[in-house]
Amino acid sequence: MLYFSKLRIISVIIFTIIFSYFAFSNFIKFDDKFFSKNINLGLDLQGGSYLLLEIDNQPVITQKLQAKIIELKRYFKEKEISLKNFSLKENTILFEASDNEFENVKNILNDKESDINAYYQQYKSHEFDVSENGNFFNLTYSRYGLVLLKNSSLDQAIEIVRRRVDEVGTNEPNILKRGNDRILVELPGLDDPNRIKSLLGKTANLTFQFISQNNEESFGTEKLSFEDGSRDAIVGKRIILSGDNLIDAKPTMNTETNETVVSFSLDRVGAKKFGRATSTGVGKQLAIVLDGKIISAPTIREPIISGSGQISGGFTFQSATDLALLLRSGALPAPLNIIEERTVGPDLGQDSIDAGILSLIIGFLLVILFMIYKYRTFGLIANLALVSNLFLLIGILTLFEATLTLPGIAGIILTVGMAVDANVLIFERIKEETKNEKNPIIAFDAGYTKSRTTILDANITTLIAAFILFFMGSGPVKGFSVTLGVGILTTLFSVYFIARLLTSFYVVRNKEKEQLL
Amino acid sequence: MTNISFNKFYRQFNVLSLILIAVSLVFLIFKGLNYGVDFKGGTLIELRTTDKTNNISLIRDSFNQMNLGDVSVKKFGNETDFIVKFEKQNSNDPEFIKNIQNKLSSSIGDVDFRRVENVGPKVSSELLKSGIIAISLSLAAMLLYIWIRFEWQFSLGAILAIFHDVIITLGIFSIFSLEINLSIVAAVLTIVGYSMNDTVVIFDRVRENLRKYSDIKIFDLTNISINETLSRTIITSVTTLLALLSIYFFGGEILKGFSLAMILGVIFGTYSSIYIANPILVALSVSQRTIVKEEKD
Repeated sequence: MLYFSKLRIISVIIFTIIFSYFAFSNFIKFDDKFFSKNINLGLDLQGGSYLLLEIDNQPVITQKLQAKIIELKRYFKEKEISLKNFSLKENTILFEASDNEFENVKNILNDKESDINAYYQQYKSHEFDVSENGNFFNLTYSRYGLVLLKNSSLDQAIEIVRRRVDEVGTNEPNILKRGNDRILVELPGLDDPNRIKSLLGKTANLTFQFISQNNEESFGTEKLSFEDGSRDAIVGKRIILSGDNLIDAKPTMNTETNETVVSFSLDRVGAKKFGRATSTGVGKQLAIVLDGKIISAPTIREPIISGSGQISGGFTFQSATDLALLLRSGALPAPLNIIEERTVGPDLGQDSIDAGILSLIIGFLLVILFMIYKYRTFGLIANLALVSNLFLLIGILTLFEATLTLPGIAGIILTVGMAVDANVLIFERIKEETKNEKNPIIAFDAGYTKSRTTILDANITTLIAAFILFFMGSGPVKGFSVTLGVGILTTLFSVYFIARLLTSFYVVRNKEKEQLL
Repeated sequence: MTNISFNKFYRQFNVLSLILIAVSLVFLIFKGLNYGVDFKGGTLIELRTTDKTNNISLIRDSFNQMNLGDVSVKKFGNETDFIVKFEKQNSNDPEFIKNIQNKLSSSIGDVDFRRVENVGPKVSSELLKSGIIAISLSLAAMLLYIWIRFEWQFSLGAILAIFHDVIITLGIFSIFSLEINLSIVAAVLTIVGYSMNDTVVIFDRVRENLRKYSDIKIFDLTNISINETLSRTIITSVTTLLALLSIYFFGGEILKGFSLAMILGVIFGTYSSIYIANPILVALSVSQRTIVKEEKD
């Protein structure tokens, strides 16, 4: 166990130097791009916001089911099969077929080839589960149908979220899917997440609808309230124009009224629609509705055919900027709720780094002093192994650009405390061996050999804990498992290569001495 | 090498451990754990006031006026730093935190929100579930590992020692109403690893000695093994505790609970390796035949 070939000595030295170099590259700036890597600091250390958003898919489901009802009605009408009593209850489509048509309808609904089941031809499973209750058919989304719906709304939503976050211009945001209805947004360095939160909290569904002349709610109209909550208005349900047709929006100053407004321009289709509607509607009030609230309802004085317009609504410059941003980035397919938020201010992050480094230095010194007190020369060897262990650990974390969190720093300190264990096991074993063996080289060799399985057992158990934590844990805790796990590997390396190498040098030089350890 | 008669006190310490476990279980069942926002849901705000005259009751009063449910306020390190926790969390209102800050500023002067954690009920129950799964999985993985490496008598001893450590550590958290959050789960998992580590080292020696001496009874054999590994046990516990104490005292308020759980775990883990794991080998009358028979198979 004490013999090292020249090649191995050189590889150990090179390996150690390379990783120590990476460890130092965190503190010293090198010009070289490849070699100048840094550990990523977690949000808890550099400050920033972690937001977990959940899509509320219910509106999408309702909307899709309503569309499906229309599709079903049209389809069966073409086939000259009359169905009645269509309704929508608790995400279930209900309709009734007459006795003699019942079997026919059932066959069509279950037919994989029929046009009404376009989904089947694409995905080889039914979009809806069909069940019967008397003459009634109940259609509900099948598991796969629901997964597809959720995935597509998640894909749309993540795109919109990305656009909105990018427009605000934070540095290196991280936007990821979580499951099939969640989006994780990490915003490093962001001090105040309030603006982003309110931008992400809005669906930004913009529509233009005429205000009805009637004062009573009737068929085809709905009652909506104004954004400022001052009053309500009856608005026609027909949508003249929606935000989909917008190609640009920006905050501007209306020179006549000296008011901040949002000016927008429309695509060709939108411009045509808008022109037609405003031509026929001169004198009418046009409500500009955002997420079910009326922002303003100007009276149309003349047809607008240029394809551009302005939205006024008592905006401040900030709120106009935000509205323009929302309109540019497009509407979310469904509302998003923030179900988890963790924000750390930058000064707390810095405090945590300072405290982490202070406790690392103190813990490190205490362990080093204790080892020298216990083992003298061999304590020094163990400490050299410990120092290189620390460099290796930080070097590897840097090389892989791992994320360092506050619990991660705790993991490093803990590694320092536990890393000496392997050397202690070896040294204690050697002490026992020396009692029966006069030749120190044989005794040291036996000490290393006999302690090996114990050391492996002991480290594998901790490694198991680290692995499970890595796969089950989240955020900062994950950082802890990474440093703990990598720490075990570097510990084994530093003990079996660095400390053993130094021990063998020392023992071979001093083999004549009594009581080496 | 030391020659301490650990085995003379097996019985006494087993009784003590049983009492500690019973007390812990009573507290865990009837008082329960003090879950933080990670597992209970709600909002946590770490705030720093500019006005030094602000105290806990003043801050509590301001928060109580906002209808946020149960509010708890605690000092957090510095004189001007406080941790405020309350039940309410509002995922539908993105202005929720901003409004609280505005109201607070008008009642107690400028405040800086250094940290905000806002966890919805769905997320918190998921986090709790995954925490419990993580701990159970790690126990199962340890059991599997030690079952492969050792005979079943050893596995049983090691696993009971781990249960002992985890139950008593959680029991102490329950008794003193210390907060259980995500980092405590990490600590418990590390305790599981550490306790196992400690037990395995002694068990390895017991097994080695079983092969070596056929005429020594397991009762004395465990004692020899404990003594032979004692110096290592102490040195490793000391260095690990030095590192943990350094985190506890200098690592900042956020890591206090985590390092405390680990410190307790290391102390009980070391103790249980000697006084839980070994007496179980004695109780199961492990002998040279136990390991020889296994090795023949």
